Amino acid sequence: MNTSETAVTTEAAHDDHDHPSDAKYIQIALLLGIITAAEVATYFVDIGVALIPVLMIMMVVKFFYVASWFMHLRFDSPLFTKFFVAGLILATTVYLVFLTVFEFWSKG
Amino acid sequence: MSEAATTEHPTNTGISHNKLAMWVFLGSECLLFGALISTYLLYRNEFHTGPAPGDIFDIPFTSVSSFVLLMSSLTMVLALSALKRGDIRNNRLWLLTTALLGALFIGGQVYEFTSFVREGLGFTTSPFSSAFFTLTGFHGIHVSLGIVMLMSLLISSLRGNLKEKNSETVEIVGLYWHFVDVVWIFIFTVIYLVPNPTS
Repeated sequence: MNTSETAVTTEAAHDDHDHPSDAKYIQIALLLGIITAAEVATYFVDIGVALIPVLMIMMVVKFFYVASWFMHLRFDSPLFTKFFVAGLILATTVYLVFLTVFEFWSKG
Repeated sequence: MSEAATTEHPTNTGISHNKLAMWVFLGSECLLFGALISTYLLYRNEFHTGPAPGDIFDIPFTSVSSFVLLMSSLTMVLALSALKRGDIRNNRLWLLTTALLGALFIGGQVYEFTSFVREGLGFTTSPFSSAFFTLTGFHGIHVSLGIVMLMSLLISSLRGNLKEKNSETVEIVGLYWHFVDVVWIFIFTVIYLVPNPTS
């Protein structure tokens, strides 16, 4: 097999993934829009101490949907997820330590 | 190596190296934006005599900008989907729409920055303002680079060089674009929606 044939095979192999339909993408975008509207609503409606946990949950849900559906992580090789999650975990750990060292939590 | 083995493992990892490189790059970008977000969180109370975040942020306006960027992720994925079907016309349409939505977001950011400066919040006004402009400015630069990539794809398509077999190129640009959207999801919640100090 020559180089060009190999390249075509590579392309074909990537097209084999069973990607969702346009309707599914629109459905996900609608869900993301609704969550964003709910996030914005928390600015106008006082929900007390639940505010920050609720905002964090909605943020993580939005992240999950964009990464898994729009970025195709749920359909692609798990290796891509591993590299991305490794970066995320490393960043989160390093900066949680960083914020702790600077007494961010006690300052509020 | 046999023909069958080559078909199953066209690269030595069995996956596209270009896509892998983009994912590694995006993983490293998490560290960049993590640093900028953490620095902002440390300095958000340090506004001295300048405007405080709670006084100056326009949440309804930023909410619209966030929605625009979120919807650009949809149009990006529709552009890729169209190209994979061989629908060049719709691919061009969605690429252009994505670039326009990105430009609208950048326009909103320029307007926001201009209004902040008019209200007395410059880059060197306070540690808060420096951290805020650095974080959102870096994000804006990323969006602008994304727009340049999208326009390059569109020009390539108009020249007849973007076909169904090149869908991976669009997918890689799409990964970058969605990442920029994901970063804004974090920025919008952590910087704008979490209750901010007022003066």
